[in-house]
Amino acid sequence: MAMTLDTTALDATETRATSVSNKRWQRFARPALGVVLPLTLALAWELAVWSGWSNGRLVPPPSRVFATIMELARSGELWRHITTTLMRVGAGFGLGVIAGTLLGAISGYWGIARRLLDPTVQALRAIPSIAWVPLFILWLGIFETSKVALIAVGVFFPVYLGVMGAILSVDRKIVEVGRTFRLSGPAMIRRILLPAVLPAYVVALRVGLGLGWMFVVAAEFMGASEGLGYLLIDGQQLGKPAQILAAITIFALLGKTTDWLIELVTAPLLRWQDAFRPSGET
Amino acid sequence: MLALDKVGKTYPNGVHALERFTAQIPQGEIVAIIGGSGCGKSTLLRAVAGLDRASTGSIRIDNIDISAPHEKIGIIFQEPRLLPWLTVADNIGFGLSELPVAARREKVAQALARVGLSDKAQAWPRELSGGQAQRVAIARALVPQPEVLLLDEPFSALDAFTRRDLQDHLLDLWADTRPTLVLVTHDVDEAVVLADRVLVMRPRPGRLFAEIDVGLARPRDRASPLFDAVKRRVLTTLDRSLDRDVPDSAPAETVGAWW
Ligand SMILES: Nc1ncnc2c1ncn2[C@@H]1O[C@H](COP(=O)(O)OP(=O)(O)OP(=O)(O)O)[C@@H](O)[C@H]1O
Ligand SMILES: [Mg+2]
Repeated sequence: MAMTLDTTALDATETRATSVSNKRWQRFARPALGVVLPLTLALAWELAVWSGWSNGRLVPPPSRVFATIMELARSGELWRHITTTLMRVGAGFGLGVIAGTLLGAISGYWGIARRLLDPTVQALRAIPSIAWVPLFILWLGIFETSKVALIAVGVFFPVYLGVMGAILSVDRKIVEVGRTFRLSGPAMIRRILLPAVLPAYVVALRVGLGLGWMFVVAAEFMGASEGLGYLLIDGQQLGKPAQILAAITIFALLGKTTDWLIELVTAPLLRWQDAFRPSGET
Repeated sequence: MLALDKVGKTYPNGVHALERFTAQIPQGEIVAIIGGSGCGKSTLLRAVAGLDRASTGSIRIDNIDISAPHEKIGIIFQEPRLLPWLTVADNIGFGLSELPVAARREKVAQALARVGLSDKAQAWPRELSGGQAQRVAIARALVPQPEVLLLDEPFSALDAFTRRDLQDHLLDLWADTRPTLVLVTHDVDEAVVLADRVLVMRPRPGRLFAEIDVGLARPRDRASPLFDAVKRRVLTTLDRSLDRDVPDSAPAETVGAWW
């Protein structure tokens, strides 16, 4: 008995030690790996311009892009553009997610609803979403509402498809476990279906968010006086490539950050997953 | 008492999977069902579990008709079917959600100790070996204390050694509350080790072919000559059941003493 106790204690300290070093690796080294490539490219371009290899007029070096960002930030303009765009994406994403989740869940859960609803949704999906722009402008005006609507449409489809597909592919064997324990309808949804669809739902949310960012640019191209998309158009019309690149960089940062936020918030819910992890991940 | 009366099942695609299966299983008996592939064993078990409905006949436990899952019946499948998003402890407590938290925790802890997995309480199902996972499945089915526990080839995915271990384990657990066990298996050894009575089925359509009383005292010695004799009897019966030239030995209702 003492023997077994001892070895388990030893095991425990050992795993704790490895998990601590693992955590450190997770927190610092692994994200660092991801920035190696962009940093190298940026540095190479910077050197190319600096050494006179290129004049950097059409493709300004990172330092100039950075200076532009700082300038915009100092005048306070940058925050205005960022918050405007974020608000639009947030509102459109929220609406798209709510509608997509509701309709997707209904279509996935009730066969009749699916037969009734799904063909129409699929037909609508076949329309390139940008094609709605003129109609939305006519219906909703050129201000925020039409922009948010366009983003919501973009977010809606991947979320709808993701939720419906996830529900339809829930393993019958797992559902039977719920049945043998006589779960009621709501309990079955809460205790079996929801957790089972969660991983696919998170993926759908992330795809939806990506489309949200794509559509906010489209929306801001159609006549906006502020927002990051406006910065792009403005940079083009005034011939300021550094401003365009600045806006693009910020898009990249915001897109990545919001995506990472979804990942971060949902990670504790998905710890149980038994998924393929490429070597080097824990 | 689990009473199966002329239970039949025809699937919507026209497959006649089960015909007039009749058996009386007294409370606490261990019955093994054995038979060739496709002779309706799983079909029968799923009907008794209330997962599928029998097309004809009746299934009753203590005179209650079974047509949907019932609290007196538990089932263990060939795969553990643990819920991957719940820890081992939460999986075992899955059927106890009406109980107050403290009582549930105590029952789960007891069950974990009983199947020897106390140290795995907080592990995820993916971190278990096949045998451990199946032990969790057994614990999950047993904690609500069903009167009838159905097992559909529960150990067939495991190696011979683990299988033996789990058979002994199952007997231990059975001795606690003595539920009725109905066990489908392909393993004659397993049937003779565990069962009081072996029901042999034959296919097309699936029906009862013969029943054999094991009549060995417990604990059973796998190496004893008596054990061997019973095993041989089951094997010959099984062979006869698969031989198309052998007629049904008797009408299903009176098959008891065919030899
Ligand atoms: N869901 C289903 N729909 C249609 N036919 C089915 C279904 N399930 C089983 N069958 C058919 O019913 C018959 C009996 O199947 P069942 O699964 O009960 O056999 P079994 O005795 O459990 O076989 P095994 O030992 O291989 O598990 C088979 O012919 C099978 O093809
Ligand atoms: Mg089967």
